[in-house]
Amino acid sequence: MSCNCGKTCAPVDDAAHACTADDKAKCGCGPSGGNFTTAGTAEHRDSTSVHSVSSSEAGGKKLTGENFTATRNACKLCAPLGACLAFRGIEGCLPFLHGSQGCATYIRRYMISHFREPMDIASSSFGEESVVFGGRRNLFDGLNHVIEGYEPAVIGIATTCLAETIGDDVNMYVKEYISADAKRVNLPHILRVSTPSYAGSHADGYQWAVRAIVDQLAVDGPNEKFIGIFPGMVSPADLRHLRELMEDFEMDFSIVPDYSDPLDGPVWGDYHKIPAGGTPAREIAKLGRASAVIELASTIADKQSAASLLDEKFSTAVFRVGLPIGIRQTDKFCNVLEQITGRPLPAKHDAERGRLIDCYVDGHKYTFGKEVVIYGEEDFVVGMTAFCCEIGLKPVLCASGGKSGKLSECIREAAPELDPETPILEGIDFAEIEVAAFNLKPDLLIGNSKGFSLSRKTGIPLIRFGFPIHDRISGPRTLHLGYRGAQRLYDTIVDKLMEMKQESNDIGYTYI
Amino acid sequence: MAEEKINLLEKRKAQVHEGGEFAMEAEKQSLAGSVSQRSCSFCGSRVVLYPIADAIHIVHGPIGCASYTWDIRGALSSGPELHRLSFSTDMQEKDVIYGGEGKLYNAISELIDEYKPSAAFIYSTCIIGVIGDDVEAICKKVQNEKGIPVIPVDSEGFKGSKKEGYKAACDALFKIVGEDEPDAQKVPKSVNILGDFNLAGEIWIIKDYYERMGVKVVSTVSGDGRVDEIRKAGRAHLNIVQCSGSVSNLAKMLETEYGTPMIRASYFGIEDMSKALYDVADFFDDDEMRMGAQRVIKEEVAKLMPQLAPYRKDLTGKKAAVYTGGAFKVFSLVRSLRTLGMDVVVAGSQTGSVDDYKLLTELCDPGTVILDDTNPLELAKYVKEKDVDLFIGGVKERPIAYKIGVGFCDHNHERKEALAGFIGMLNFAREVHSSVMSPVWQFAPRRAGKKLD
Repeated sequence: MSCNCGKTCAPVDDAAHACTADDKAKCGCGPSGGNFTTAGTAEHRDSTSVHSVSSSEAGGKKLTGENFTATRNACKLCAPLGACLAFRGIEGCLPFLHGSQGCATYIRRYMISHFREPMDIASSSFGEESVVFGGRRNLFDGLNHVIEGYEPAVIGIATTCLAETIGDDVNMYVKEYISADAKRVNLPHILRVSTPSYAGSHADGYQWAVRAIVDQLAVDGPNEKFIGIFPGMVSPADLRHLRELMEDFEMDFSIVPDYSDPLDGPVWGDYHKIPAGGTPAREIAKLGRASAVIELASTIADKQSAASLLDEKFSTAVFRVGLPIGIRQTDKFCNVLEQITGRPLPAKHDAERGRLIDCYVDGHKYTFGKEVVIYGEEDFVVGMTAFCCEIGLKPVLCASGGKSGKLSECIREAAPELDPETPILEGIDFAEIEVAAFNLKPDLLIGNSKGFSLSRKTGIPLIRFGFPIHDRISGPRTLHLGYRGAQRLYDTIVDKLMEMKQESNDIGYTYI
Repeated sequence: MAEEKINLLEKRKAQVHEGGEFAMEAEKQSLAGSVSQRSCSFCGSRVVLYPIADAIHIVHGPIGCASYTWDIRGALSSGPELHRLSFSTDMQEKDVIYGGEGKLYNAISELIDEYKPSAAFIYSTCIIGVIGDDVEAICKKVQNEKGIPVIPVDSEGFKGSKKEGYKAACDALFKIVGEDEPDAQKVPKSVNILGDFNLAGEIWIIKDYYERMGVKVVSTVSGDGRVDEIRKAGRAHLNIVQCSGSVSNLAKMLETEYGTPMIRASYFGIEDMSKALYDVADFFDDDEMRMGAQRVIKEEVAKLMPQLAPYRKDLTGKKAAVYTGGAFKVFSLVRSLRTLGMDVVVAGSQTGSVDDYKLLTELCDPGTVILDDTNPLELAKYVKEKDVDLFIGGVKERPIAYKIGVGFCDHNHERKEALAGFIGMLNFAREVHSSVMSPVWQFAPRRAGKKLD
């Protein structure tokens, strides 16, 4: 599909496509000002660089709204949030945002609402003078105060868009800071990552941080029988399950990062400055000598990938599989583990797999052909789509606010039975998902809490999986990964479908 | 695990009062690395303007600022709900390099065509202040083309804390006031209710009380706000300002320009709520109104008191900590908790002034710890040292309390229960009671060894 103006507008799958206001005036492909359930003729939203073919029409139904320059109800968050989450998964680490105070506070508030755990994030608290003269002084003061107050083993500094824009050289500042304090004992590791939020979403920020952490900590040495796992943005319950699976394979391993304990811990008798748990820096250092690393990410670009970096620096064996959501994706992951460890899938997990298939059989009539809209981070959408397809649900739209340019390709690979007409949209916002939902009338929405207003407006039930889950308490404990995770997802979905069937039948669908 | 000792940062000591002679400092920029609970001036502007429900609110900048403020607050509307949508120019790298003016122009124009709002507020975020987009010129241009107010809000985050953002919001609001009929006559016995955000429908409760005592409400800013009503704000005889300072700048401008005086009010707790009604009657010096206020208070208090009694019985002698955004709310909370028989042993705010804290110190019992612009470590330290049973604060404070096994009540912008007015006092009592008296605390290590009384 291409824009009507022909002359100035390239096809929508051209990554460079962006119409100026003048172009729009000339070609008339700008917004009509009508109700946004009527579709436009071209894609103008600068932030949407890549769409799959036939992305905005499905079965003759228009799926996106008018071509808005603005993002309306974003289906993404900013890069520093992802970085703070990654840093929280390093043992003894305090996340630190270099920029204005508000960024740290907003991100804290946002994460606390999901995890319901302390989420202290320091800030260099820029004022006007920092913007003019640079944030060096504030960074130094901030580091001093954080070290004094929190006594962290590690400090993870991420930059905000402000610090990026004024061009603060955090690497240089940190070097200066360390050399000025050379005599000081117990100076924490200071990790840095550049997270300009105009260059990517929270999911990107997370990956940039993981890569930076590995880059700054992993060191070479003789190979060890040791596996590194990069789990991606998953729930604490997922991380715990991964840990259990790895333990059952009886191989030395490290999950980087692992925020399962820091972000889903017990009640304390005393306030802990930094919650216990997380991946120790010494384990991350060992990644340079690992026998293999596994990255649970599909849409990741090489330049973002911590695994690729290890490959480049240390020629580490790298396995990349998508998030293990559903049987087939989990099989792939377990196959890799079998291959690396030389052990078969532990009996416990094999049994779980068997019971899961038994449940698939028990519930297949409820799921078959039911239509579903899936949204969230790109890797989540890939895994969830593959899972839905294997249980007979029919995804009618797969959407993400991220824009790797690889979403479509990755979904098609992970879910080969997906209807070729099913639109896969990157760089989308909730206003567009809403248009699609009105037109496609799916049975279910699957995604994070941000689909709540859409669900309420359309009356389409929302099943809350992924991040963030702000309006339910279960978010951090929702297990998505592995056979056990698939079981949890399956039970939730089928229970919901059965409930819907029961509720919608007014002649008395009885309880057995 | 060994007990972790929490010490005050040297540079923070003057912002904490632990008894003795009062010599606090306040209104300072947050200390870098202190993990302040404060936000930024963008947040302040957004909080104040956001509830205006027939306007669109467009955040100019990268996506985070818009994402984190999408419908997170409980400001309700009796009509349009444009305020619950989140619009952003979602700036990309090339916009930062080449400037975002073109994108902003398109964004505002298209959104106005689509949503047909009564006005548009355009919030500048941090990097706009750096790259120097001429937001004002774009706003002017669109305003001329579309014929509705398109108002820039100077809310770059680095300009300060929430307080500076409040000022930017007031400047923006004042641009609407009097726009249509500058010489309109004052409305008899009328007021503006300023500084309430209609969380959980609170402004409807307050409005009802005033109307029952014979007062006409010209505009509410900004809870359940409408652009047209705000235009007419100059016609009221009196501005009733709630909240420490969020809209006091607007009230000052209204006083200068329209000669409308202001009084302060708080709607939390029986004492402050009653005072808020009597003060208005006193201002108008109107006996009928005074009797009206008396009638409203009598009716409401008669309903309320018997219902409060059982809660008070359970809560008497329990200890509380209070930490809020503005200082004014703390005063009300101290009084409300006293109504329930509780003692406040820790109190503070993000943005109070030295005078506010002085007053607070006088209001509280001796030995109460007073905190300005504090942080999780200090809060945890005092909550534990003072062995409180209840903490009142916002989302960021909640896990501090919960993690060490202390009851917690939200008294912030995200609350879903109305806590204002007489009915609000009952809701408050219920919430405090269910927080403090829940049997779950017996399992928390802090209480595990103690009998739950």
